[in-house]
Amino acid sequence: MSQTVATPAPPARDERLGRRSALARLLARPEMGALVGAIVIYIVFFIVAAPFREATSLSTVLYQSSTYGIVAVAVALLMIGGEFDLSAGVAVTSSALVASMFSYQFTANMWVGVVVSLVVALAIGFVNGYLVVKTAIPSFLVTLGTFFMLRGLNLAMTKQVTGNVATNDVSNIDGFGSAQNVFASQFTVGGVSIRITLLWWILFVAVATWVLLRTRVGNWIYAVGGSAPSSRAVGVPVNRVKIGLFMAVSFLCWFTGMHTLFAFNTVQSGLGVGNEFIYIVAAVVGGCLLTGGYGSAIGAAIGAFIFGMAQLGIVYAGWNPDWFYFFLGALLLGAILLNTYIRRRAEASR
Amino acid sequence: MTTTTEAPAKTPLVRLTACDKSYGNIIALGGISLEVDAGEVTCVLGDNGAGKSTLIKIIAGLHKPSHGSYEVDGVPVTFDSPREALERGIATVYQDLAVVPLMPVWRNFFLGNEVRKRLGPVRRLDIDFMRKTTKKELLDMGIDLRDVDQPIGTLSGGERQCVAISRAVYFGAKVLILDEPTAALGVKQSGVVLKYIVQARERGLGVIFITHNPHHAYPVGDRFLLLKRGKAIGYYSKDEITRDELTAQMAGGAELDELHHELQRGGKAAAEAAHVLEEEVQELGITHEPTAGS
Repeated sequence: MSQTVATPAPPARDERLGRRSALARLLARPEMGALVGAIVIYIVFFIVAAPFREATSLSTVLYQSSTYGIVAVAVALLMIGGEFDLSAGVAVTSSALVASMFSYQFTANMWVGVVVSLVVALAIGFVNGYLVVKTAIPSFLVTLGTFFMLRGLNLAMTKQVTGNVATNDVSNIDGFGSAQNVFASQFTVGGVSIRITLLWWILFVAVATWVLLRTRVGNWIYAVGGSAPSSRAVGVPVNRVKIGLFMAVSFLCWFTGMHTLFAFNTVQSGLGVGNEFIYIVAAVVGGCLLTGGYGSAIGAAIGAFIFGMAQLGIVYAGWNPDWFYFFLGALLLGAILLNTYIRRRAEASR
Repeated sequence: MTTTTEAPAKTPLVRLTACDKSYGNIIALGGISLEVDAGEVTCVLGDNGAGKSTLIKIIAGLHKPSHGSYEVDGVPVTFDSPREALERGIATVYQDLAVVPLMPVWRNFFLGNEVRKRLGPVRRLDIDFMRKTTKKELLDMGIDLRDVDQPIGTLSGGERQCVAISRAVYFGAKVLILDEPTAALGVKQSGVVLKYIVQARERGLGVIFITHNPHHAYPVGDRFLLLKRGKAIGYYSKDEITRDELTAQMAGGAELDELHHELQRGGKAAAEAAHVLEEEVQELGITHEPTAGS
């Protein structure tokens, strides 16, 4: 570090800054609690469940995690921006239903349905965001409302259109193959089959992390979540940032919906209820503050990975799966306690 | 700072002349005149409800005066938003400071004015530049921060105030409006903030310092505007008034006197307090006047 000013050059490191150990600095990262938890859980299942040790199992766990993790990335951004989205779970299903039914009913190319569905999804996100910023009603309530509306719409519209609770098989429609390649293909590396959602997941996490830490928008996301009035006072377009975040959530809901559609060819209209909590849990376990202004996208990814591990690890270990939700709740509490403890220590060490 | 126009006489940076502000039939401010020169501190003193915040809002561009003129550099202006005032170099540092506690100091410093560099088709933050600039700007104000990466919430109240001030200065403020910067601070921290006010003045800025504490205002102020119930009860330059006179005016000698009588009626303990108060009134040299208005 060179200094050109005539004043006594400040040293590259301030002498009052005690050298914090590399470990202490690492622990100050929001996702550290989740990472420690993930390693512990991995080791536990590695010891108790023999099938868990195989590479194919890890691939399955990663696939399962990615189906939650993709939406969780955007949910984490939204949470850092100080808002919630309870409609994210059913919005995934809505997107899949719209694409499927549109292409089937109008005998259109599959990609037309995909694009129409994207427009619908972004509109849902926009409405959520617009209502939240314009009415100043907590997003918890606004999206609880849209959650129920979408849930009802999913079932009612599907029954109205197809006369059934699920959509028709769309695998014969033009463009299905290419869309499936994008959203739901798999390939083999060293004898282990890898689902493409894993790659998409990694990409989304990388982009979200870069945006958060290295761009102006990322700065604004932390700022609107940390203190919306202060952000507004220094000229941050708070409403646009928040609406954009809701739309980012609905974009990734759409993406996951497309995966569901092209992986299974038909869509159950009741799917997705309850998943909104899984996304939120992943974000919180990953170190996002419920009150906004703090967190990371990588943390949410680790949170989703923990969830995937727990869900499948119980099966591999041969435990009674009825205990899954108890285990999940305990995990959530433990992760939050660990996060709180680590954050306090990290802040105290500053 | 260089003066761009050759004004015949010294044109004040900001001049309000006979400004009124009424909300419906409520007159919040009546006939206020005020000037701020470059390299000068104009203190606005007044108790709660005296109209200080209305005055700030007019100068900051949040409200327009109902009557009267508002000139910046000798040119009459009407601001529709604080952003327009900011473009003319009038920056307001509010009491809540407009900082995001969990964010690092340098991110707060540049929030809303982020410096970016091009990376192919996308633009990313120039973090290195912003870190160094923050460190240097704060050093110029005399704040030697240990670490610009620490969350701004971990700084003391005085330091945070100073970050907000130097941020306004860095982004081109010519006139700083400081809304009660010392109100929530302890004695020592207040001293730190007063030091930065002097520093800003030395750098050639005009400062409007809002406060209700004459002990804070007198040492740094060049002019003093005293407000009471929306009216100016005095407008002095420093050589026209002593600190005790300022304190007496602020305290409202007549009110103190009245309070003293009130306390005297209140029994033994209160009478003791009344005695102390009476001595203070005498010390300040307050002359007995009939209470005006109330």
